[in-house]
Amino acid sequence: MLGYIDKIREIAKGILENNKVDMVIGFRQGTVPMMNEPCIIKRPEDVDNLVWDGNCGINLANYLPGRTEKIGVIAKGCDSRNIVNHIIENKINREQLYIIGVPCKGMTDRHKLAALAAGEIVAVEESANSVMIKGADFENTFPKHDVMQQNCLKCTHRNPVIYDALAVDLADEQTDIDRYADVRQIEELSVEAKQQHFTDLFAACIRCYACRNACPLCYCPTCFVDESRPQWLGKGQDAIDIHTFHFLRAFHCAGRCTDCGACERACPVGINMRTLTKKLEKDCADLYNWEAGLTLDTRPPLDMYDVGDSDAFIK
Amino acid sequence: MEILKIKKDDLSKGLDALKKSYRLFGPAKTESCHEFKRLEQDEQPDFNFSNTRLSPKAIIYPQSETMFTYSLDENDEDAHILKEVNSLDAPQAVIGIRPCDADAFLLVKRNFDAPDYKDPYWLNAYAKTTLVGLACEKPCPTCFCTTAGSGPFSERGVDILLADAGDDYLAKVITDKGSALAKAAGWDAPSDPDSATEEIERLKTAAEEKISSHVETDHLDKIDTTALHQAPFWEDTAFACINCGTCTFLCPTCWCFDIQDETCGAKGERLRNWDSCMFPIFTVHGTGHNPRGTKKQRVRQRFMHKLKYYVDKYEIGIQCVGCGRCIRSCPVNIDIRKICNLMNHYKPDTVEEPAS
Repeated sequence: MLGYIDKIREIAKGILENNKVDMVIGFRQGTVPMMNEPCIIKRPEDVDNLVWDGNCGINLANYLPGRTEKIGVIAKGCDSRNIVNHIIENKINREQLYIIGVPCKGMTDRHKLAALAAGEIVAVEESANSVMIKGADFENTFPKHDVMQQNCLKCTHRNPVIYDALAVDLADEQTDIDRYADVRQIEELSVEAKQQHFTDLFAACIRCYACRNACPLCYCPTCFVDESRPQWLGKGQDAIDIHTFHFLRAFHCAGRCTDCGACERACPVGINMRTLTKKLEKDCADLYNWEAGLTLDTRPPLDMYDVGDSDAFIK
Repeated sequence: MEILKIKKDDLSKGLDALKKSYRLFGPAKTESCHEFKRLEQDEQPDFNFSNTRLSPKAIIYPQSETMFTYSLDENDEDAHILKEVNSLDAPQAVIGIRPCDADAFLLVKRNFDAPDYKDPYWLNAYAKTTLVGLACEKPCPTCFCTTAGSGPFSERGVDILLADAGDDYLAKVITDKGSALAKAAGWDAPSDPDSATEEIERLKTAAEEKISSHVETDHLDKIDTTALHQAPFWEDTAFACINCGTCTFLCPTCWCFDIQDETCGAKGERLRNWDSCMFPIFTVHGTGHNPRGTKKQRVRQRFMHKLKYYVDKYEIGIQCVGCGRCIRSCPVNIDIRKICNLMNHYKPDTVEEPAS
């Protein structure tokens, strides 16, 4: 993945020079280890500011809704699926976009690396198969697989599903992946144990809404949790209110979530809220044989009614 | 100013004694970081940390605080009476607070203890709290306290400052509150004042030399506010922001709150909850108009407040102690150091190329 940037810059420069787009949305070098910053490039001479490595886990599709310019956007597999969602949901027009597809080998789990480190990480060096972290008095190398984001380990759509140019040849997709082992574990718990599981899961939540705001699916003008007339939900630190926020947010993502992992990556307190969205993803696969964001040609199942829809829940 | 010597083994004994009269808080290890928590009878603080993920501001200023309760049920004796609750009456102490975080309470105090308005909730909690600082010997790469008006051995805001001198802590007792706490803990062994002062000075210099990160603030008060407000760099600065509350909720100096009633039948309570200028509805008027309706306006507000309006209003420097939490935890790498320097060096008369 480290060698992709030259081609990405070349494509970005070309579309800016030919006025195919007004801007390119990508990442620039971060100021701290394991972080890059989403940015806009407007001039061909600035494309060298673009970077690409394992720290580009934020989903750039999140920056598209409502924009009126012609935009070049760099898209991993998951980002491209969220772009498909946006087009289907009329948040952006296909004609406005020039999609620079980047087949992805997985993003680095910044929370995990920070927890593994024996102190403050001051530098990270990434190679094809490993990640080295350095601090004032330690240096460790980990196989990349061990420090990859959880969603990337289980990813079955590394390749962009929609693009105008590719930064590199398509990658081999991971096969024989059991995406839902963690969800099944929770499904099998008793009601009381489930309650405890979620109480523990969300105990650290500070309601900063980084998970919601990093998610390309959350673009409502005013979210139900923020609305105060009527007040759908208490705004304090009551555990039930916090649980309600997380559950309802997940339900709003049903049939739309691409498991890009931006929510989990963004969370400042390290909550694994993806188990909720994955449960709904699993249900959509079981009930409708549906995976979100793969095609522009079919309406998502929760967008429409079909007489053949499962009604087994009606008793 | 007295400097006591506390044998490391005696620290826990003293804390156990304190628990009889104080509610104690201290840093504790969680799965992936350290956070401040209430220390129960059998618990001791864990000083093997550089900085906690969340600031300790919630100990004085809880994220969600009941201001009063009420009942509209005519059968209740107290119907239609606003009843105060949870007023903190026992003393409490934070053991091992970093100097930057203690310093932050003084910045926040400007807001809650203003000449024309005294916030009873914050002031009561602040008055009941003794801050036992732990000087910082291993600053993080994101710490820039020394150029933000604080420092690893800053004595502002702490009642006692502990410095780790090998087998002992040298405890500089700074206020009467600190003196009372030391007495209650049974810490009374004096140190040789000259050698202790020298040792603390040596440790302080060594710690300050380890601070690798800096901001420049010398021109902030001189720049025209309107020009800075209209500077071209805000669009580029704000682009990545997702308008979550991470920076403001983790910040020890952010104080904004929202007031909400939560009712259940005829009874209810009025809460005040931390709010964030990053949230779109933060400034929505009763009319529905939102003066800060765009992301750029909100991001600009956060930095203008901390680095310009506060500087101009109080003339005591920036509303930031350089703890670096917002930098470490921002999901999209918005870095206050970079923005502070951009603002400080902004020359309104020159036409700037917008950065990409």
